Amino acid sequence: MSDNTLPDRLRVNKTYKLYVGGKFPRSESGRSYPVSSPDGTELANAAQASRKDARDAVAAARKAQRPWAGQTAYLRGQILYRAAEMLEGRAGQFAEEVGDATGADPHAALASVEQAIDRLVHYAGWTDKYTSVLGGANPVAGPYFNHTKPEPLGVVAVLAPQDDPFLGLIEAVAPAIAAGNTVVVLASESKPLPALSFGEVLATSDLPGGVVNLLSGNVAEVAPHLASHADVNGIDLGGVDDAGLAAELEADAAGTLKVVRRPGRAGTSLDLLRQWTEYKTVWHPAGMAAAAGGGY
Amino acid sequence: MGSILSGTEAASLVRALPGVDAVGLEARAAGLATRSVKKESKAKAIDLAISMIDLTTLEGADTPGKVKSLAAKAVRPDGDAPSTAAVCVYPSLVPTAAAALAGTGVKVASVATGFPAGQVPLEIRLADTESAVRAGADEIDMVVNRGAFLSGDLERVYHEIKAVKAAAEGARLKVILETGELVTYDDVRRASWLAMYAGADFIKTSTGKVGVNATLPVTLLMMQAVRDYRALTGIQVGVKPAGGIRNTKDAIKYLVCINETLGDDWLSNEWFRFGASSLLNDLLMQRQKLKTGHYSGPDYVTVD
Repeated sequence: MSDNTLPDRLRVNKTYKLYVGGKFPRSESGRSYPVSSPDGTELANAAQASRKDARDAVAAARKAQRPWAGQTAYLRGQILYRAAEMLEGRAGQFAEEVGDATGADPHAALASVEQAIDRLVHYAGWTDKYTSVLGGANPVAGPYFNHTKPEPLGVVAVLAPQDDPFLGLIEAVAPAIAAGNTVVVLASESKPLPALSFGEVLATSDLPGGVVNLLSGNVAEVAPHLASHADVNGIDLGGVDDAGLAAELEADAAGTLKVVRRPGRAGTSLDLLRQWTEYKTVWHPAGMAAAAGGGY
Repeated sequence: MGSILSGTEAASLVRALPGVDAVGLEARAAGLATRSVKKESKAKAIDLAISMIDLTTLEGADTPGKVKSLAAKAVRPDGDAPSTAAVCVYPSLVPTAAAALAGTGVKVASVATGFPAGQVPLEIRLADTESAVRAGADEIDMVVNRGAFLSGDLERVYHEIKAVKAAAEGARLKVILETGELVTYDDVRRASWLAMYAGADFIKTSTGKVGVNATLPVTLLMMQAVRDYRALTGIQVGVKPAGGIRNTKDAIKYLVCINETLGDDWLSNEWFRFGASSLLNDLLMQRQKLKTGHYSGPDYVTVD
């Protein structure tokens, strides 16, 4: 192509939008920010979420939470599995986005995407099992059947890991939604594109709108509003690299009684499921069964 | 002026009203809806809006227990928040509401006249009204006979409103136009004027039982009608949008419209009301947000 000819076509660049309540809004603030790869190549623009986007996302998550927790565990598992199916078909695209974002070589990027898919399948399997593992019947000295059942906390805010933009996000989100919570996720600030593409996968995988809400933007700007929001029941500080900010967020969260997962805390998948549940213990009169030596 | 007109005179005055500039009306309403009300002004607007609410429950499943808890909430919605203006219930629950609200200053409003359709014989509508007033209703929300209005029988509508006004003696009469069924702005204007000529103390948009409830342009049109009616007759009439106003932002838009169209004279619960139920919780959550600095949630207000 010489200097005086036009290129065959102009590339259509994508602006990555937020994913809130099953829709793809731009930021309420109208802002967006350029996203670059580690070598400085500009990749795309992403919407820059504001306080009000966080508020809308929490409202959407709250609205979706009860119906989502009310679905059968089996169906929640099926839906997570469906999301894994959809991702499998687009693994190549995600590997490319992860590679562009992190600078990882294509094999490593693809391996991390495949690991993320496997994680979704793993938690899909947990949905109808974790209640049996974490809960159960308790021995009591009286004619009562006493049992404990884990229930979802409600709305969980996830500040996704900064350096592991896709696998890290899936590992934080999957246990929370598998347990029946809905989530508001603030994606990696400098590497948000794989997360926002994940919204497009979720939108076509039977997951009800509002169960997962994805925001991209500045952590220091948005996170305090999520941490102090009285209608958020838990917060994962995994993506807060600044220790001072993490301490402030934890203090804000304490003011409105939230469960907090501190940055850098690892755990088994059962630990993660337990993190976003609370226990309900029920005393039920056992009546004749106990009187007859029924074995409660 | 009001009720001294004959039915024929009122109907011909109403028929002679000019048509509504729909585009202009909607543009004006949309323009007023863009005003930004923040900080101290917002705090005042929220308290004013709370004090203007007719806290409403109009369900087949209403029980005395539900009305009592609603009355308690109306009197003391949350901490130092002001009381609402009234509790609005079906006639059979007026005694419960009146007992629960006695001495609190919160009024008892009752829908009557075969709410929401109004498709029952006139004598039954009048008996419905009288019994509600006897049972202790301070305010009666009547529905107009849309069947008669839409078939052009304005005289009949006029006489019926006058008859209900007489039956509701001692109570303030709110006339529900059901603007969603009148459909056109021209008919909303005609119905507003007809109701005012017949002696309405308030004109109210909707029952909340049809697809289209209160909208900002329709309410703005009704505000213009009460403004013009006072200019003509010296009689002040109130406005009550009802149905579909669910959040603080919407409520504040209505307050801006009152301020810009009617001025201070109407900016109290004597002359403006919101017919609403879920609006109150949103106002309370916004109020908590202004006080605490962080967002509140539905766990921090009552479940209706």
